[in-house]
Amino acid sequence: MTEEHKASLTVVAMPTDCPTCAAEAEKAGIVVGNGEIAATMEAAVGLEAGAAGAAGVDGQGPWRPKILAFCCYFCAYSAADLAGSMRLQYSPDMRVIEMPCSGKTDIALILEAFEKGADGVYVAGCLEGDCHFLKGNIRAKKRVNGLKKLLDQVGVGGERVEFFNVAGSQGPRFAQIADEMTERILKLGPSPVKKAQRAAYAAAAGGPTAQTNSEVGAK
Amino acid sequence: MSPAAAAFKTDSKLERILSQGDFAVTAEIGPPKSASSKGVRSNAAMMKDVTDGQNLTDNQTAIVRLSSLAASVHVKEAGGEPIMQMVCRDRNRIAMQSDILGAYSLGIRNLVCLSGDHQSFGNQQTAKNVYDIDSIQLINMVRRMRDDHVLLSGEEIKVAPPKMYIGAAANPFADPFEFRVLRLEKKINAGADFIQTQCVFDLERFARFMELVVKRGLDKRVHILAGVTPAKSDKALRYMKTVPGMMVPDSLIERMAKAENKEEEGLNIAVETIKAMRQIPGVHGVHIMAIAWESAVPVIAERAGLLPRPAIREETAQAAPAEGKKTAD
Amino acid sequence: MIVAEQKPIAEIDRLLEGAKKVLIVGCRECVTVCQAGGEKEVNTMASALRLLWATSGRNPGAEILTETLERQCEPEYIEQIVKVAGEVDAILSLACGVGVQYLAERYPVWVVPGLNTKFAGGALEQGVWTEKCGLCGDCILYKTGGICPVIRCSKSILNGPCGGSHNGKCEVNEETDCAWQLIYDRMTKLGKVDRLLEIEPPKDWSKSRDGGPRKVVKEEIRI
Repeated sequence: MTEEHKASLTVVAMPTDCPTCAAEAEKAGIVVGNGEIAATMEAAVGLEAGAAGAAGVDGQGPWRPKILAFCCYFCAYSAADLAGSMRLQYSPDMRVIEMPCSGKTDIALILEAFEKGADGVYVAGCLEGDCHFLKGNIRAKKRVNGLKKLLDQVGVGGERVEFFNVAGSQGPRFAQIADEMTERILKLGPSPVKKAQRAAYAAAAGGPTAQTNSEVGAK
Repeated sequence: MSPAAAAFKTDSKLERILSQGDFAVTAEIGPPKSASSKGVRSNAAMMKDVTDGQNLTDNQTAIVRLSSLAASVHVKEAGGEPIMQMVCRDRNRIAMQSDILGAYSLGIRNLVCLSGDHQSFGNQQTAKNVYDIDSIQLINMVRRMRDDHVLLSGEEIKVAPPKMYIGAAANPFADPFEFRVLRLEKKINAGADFIQTQCVFDLERFARFMELVVKRGLDKRVHILAGVTPAKSDKALRYMKTVPGMMVPDSLIERMAKAENKEEEGLNIAVETIKAMRQIPGVHGVHIMAIAWESAVPVIAERAGLLPRPAIREETAQAAPAEGKKTAD
Repeated sequence: MIVAEQKPIAEIDRLLEGAKKVLIVGCRECVTVCQAGGEKEVNTMASALRLLWATSGRNPGAEILTETLERQCEPEYIEQIVKVAGEVDAILSLACGVGVQYLAERYPVWVVPGLNTKFAGGALEQGVWTEKCGLCGDCILYKTGGICPVIRCSKSILNGPCGGSHNGKCEVNEETDCAWQLIYDRMTKLGKVDRLLEIEPPKDWSKSRDGGPRKVVKEEIRI
């Protein structure tokens, strides 16, 4: 990946409730915990964030989505690096957060990403059977699938979140996923959370995304 | 004791028939999903001379129907011998005892005590079920009301205790098979006078069950009436095969499927089944459950050679004490 | 433990209609273990509600605060949120029904349940919980090989099994084991199947909820 794609290289999420991990992390000067990841997210996708997803509808050109990818250090994150070394071109709209395992990606964290203005989020973990923590990727996938339902219920839309399996050696696949997700979010338009942006987008496009999900959860 | 030897426990006609050693015939009448007594009365009139008693189901499969108590009264008025069914699903011990007193006061002399189908099968699936007492406890309660003149709490029934002839169910086709006979014994110990079994399609399994019953001497302590249900089609048989606690051999379904006149074949099978059951030691009668096909009952009774129904013989009738205390058992 | 599950978010949304400042209170006991109302679920619920309100435009400007108490079934823990409870106009409790009531008794604000309290049970496997105890107040497990017919038999039959027991399963649901098949198997294994031949008399339900709300007093530890 390019420097631009990195949300932060210093953040490694570890279980905050594990004293051993916390102590080890502290020694190594590593930032731990959802709070810190959240701050990184904010920088990456927050409405005030500059680079990714610059709000084109504010008059700075066409709207670009803000997409956050929680990538497992052992696979997707390495694949991202590989994609960078291979000089592959892929979506400039996504930012990567390095996770110790895709299974560490808390549902609350993904929800928070949407609250902070993300238009799409995906979690990328190892191929099934290759998880360094045995089943972290399988758990992450199940949780993401469960989250889809909740996102439907709260009006964000379950299609804005996805789980992918990527091996560390699959640089091109990493690039393909980034593009695929960007494509999907571009079609969906700005997140329904961002009402103003969505309205402006709908007006500019004259089109398909004027309907929000405001009816969802009303009953 | 030999059932025929002792004095009678009740005024039940069914008790007389079974006690004099006759092969008894009972049949089921399903009360309507309405407030009309018409069907019950006409079915009772049709059945009264071809059967010795008519069961009135108590909201079977948890579908709301005219009450078994009221239906029993209609049958009585139509000249029949009502066998009122009572399930544990819908009433607590207070309501049950109250209904038993009421039923007896209205001339009902036979009571079959059942657990009842769970409400999730019926048309009131959001109902709260009761199951304050279970079927065996109900049997015992009714027996103690009759023989010991006490309510379940132990309080004495000072005058006019209800004297019900007590029926219970047995299902030879439910699991665990080995325990089925032991549970039947529990029901007998609790006070059951007669048993009506789940409908029999699998004669082989039924015979095995009866073998165990006879081996334990239970046929000497209770009258067993084997259940028979005529089927109108192979589809009906296939459906019954899926009901928990029912067994239908594939050979029977095939036979039905091949038949040109399926209703006729259904009657044939029922008649053959009854004839076969009569040969099985320990079987004292049959209970015909022609669900929504009550008109089949006289036909089956006729063809199975069960007619005419025996009369109550004088000598046994005289043997009955007018208001007997608890009889030896 | 008490096993509970979250109410649908749309229902919770309705319960909180018009609330401008909501406090979501979790509990670190049973509902944390069954992942219905612990700290994690409190945060998820807060996010989900904020997203719902943002996308639907309902409850504009509403604020959500969060707290997770050690227990919601003891007054001293309830007391810990006295300050913040005074600032909100609604409390959403993610505890069992006990916790909801403790909060409602203590604080004069609109307190609503975020969970449906299901049963006393335990984990069958990760993510699956099952009912085990009927809380009947008069334990008979010594009679039934340690398997409770009061709650695990669909008809609470004490002299089972009924005629709906089929291949070890209950007539009500093919996924439910027939409690009486389990009892029979276990008593057989223990060589005590003869005990099942005794007629179990009608149960004294006065010791259960039917006797009215119950209380347990342990006099020697009262202060």
